[in-house]
Amino acid sequence: MSEKVLLVDDEQDFLEAMATRMKDRGMEVSTTTSAADALKKVEEGGYDAVVLDLMMPEMDGLEVLKAMKEKRPELQIILLTGYASVQKGVEAMKFGAMDFIEKPADLKVLTEKIHQARAQKMVLVEKKIQEKVKRMIQEKGW
Amino acid sequence: MSGNWEVISETGLQFFGKISASISHELKNVMAIINENAGLLEDLTVMAEKGMPIDPQRLRTQASRIMKQVRRGDDIIKSMNRFAHSVDEPLRQADLNDSLALVCTLSGRFAFMRGVTLELQPPSTQVPIITNPFFLQNLIGLCLDFAMGCAGAGKTVFLKAEKTEGRAKIGFSKLQGLANRETGSFPGERERALLQALKADLVIRKELGEMHLTFPLQAEG
Repeated sequence: MSEKVLLVDDEQDFLEAMATRMKDRGMEVSTTTSAADALKKVEEGGYDAVVLDLMMPEMDGLEVLKAMKEKRPELQIILLTGYASVQKGVEAMKFGAMDFIEKPADLKVLTEKIHQARAQKMVLVEKKIQEKVKRMIQEKGW
Repeated sequence: MSGNWEVISETGLQFFGKISASISHELKNVMAIINENAGLLEDLTVMAEKGMPIDPQRLRTQASRIMKQVRRGDDIIKSMNRFAHSVDEPLRQADLNDSLALVCTLSGRFAFMRGVTLELQPPSTQVPIITNPFFLQNLIGLCLDFAMGCAGAGKTVFLKAEKTEGRAKIGFSKLQGLANRETGSFPGERERALLQALKADLVIRKELGEMHLTFPLQAEG
């Protein structure tokens, strides 16, 4: 099964080129230039990873990151930005970002991160299921 | 030229840094798009080497996208160069229309991030002014920042440079949020220092949603 990725960036031309290259590598890719639309898409679910620009109009990238993690804690978010600030990167990691990559990015590196994102998400989902089963067993007294 | 030089130096450095950071961010975006489109061309080459036919239209699209970004990068660098040279001389003749257009271009990303559109009214006439170009840009930049805050997301700030009653004037209009905005802290220390240095005046008309900056046509040395 291919990785399902959401690309969020305010540059339409960047999204189009990046999405085409990722699709050529077998990934299932959705794109959006809007932070609000990205949050809606994340709420609908199903993504293995989100590649998010830290500098978005309407809403600060860190706010978008926090909101996404609140909606989907298991979702892996990779920040891809031209804003090369170590402080922002550290802050983003504190809010639960999986990684922080500077633009222009090496697609090979990004693809590798997306593979890792999917694996990490699967571990978290499995852990969540195990906890749910454990809770059910305890509640039923089995 | 008189003024509070400590405040002017500090605000000037802040303005220079803010604009430089924004330009570097814009150029990074340009490079990222070129990088992805060049990568796509590389992908197509690999496919061709494996015997898959290349669609010439796809190649044309990629080449045109790269050229578009090169033009965008060139425009950004030209504005950056004009901005950088504005500190060369303490007094210089400039057209206020050009100075206003340059600050609007340099502030384009800030406006976009705030969801504000800047609409520069076409100049009706040249407005030659002898002044300190960097201080002028800094003051316009600070006032524009305030105006964008007053307009609010999804709104448009209208700007116009003109000559009026022996002075040069910049008007900021359609500031819909100005009437309800607390303007006690504006103009602040930075704006006041630059207004004094440029012998400029700032008039805020809350009820009309307008703000005007006026300058002497020739500043003192």
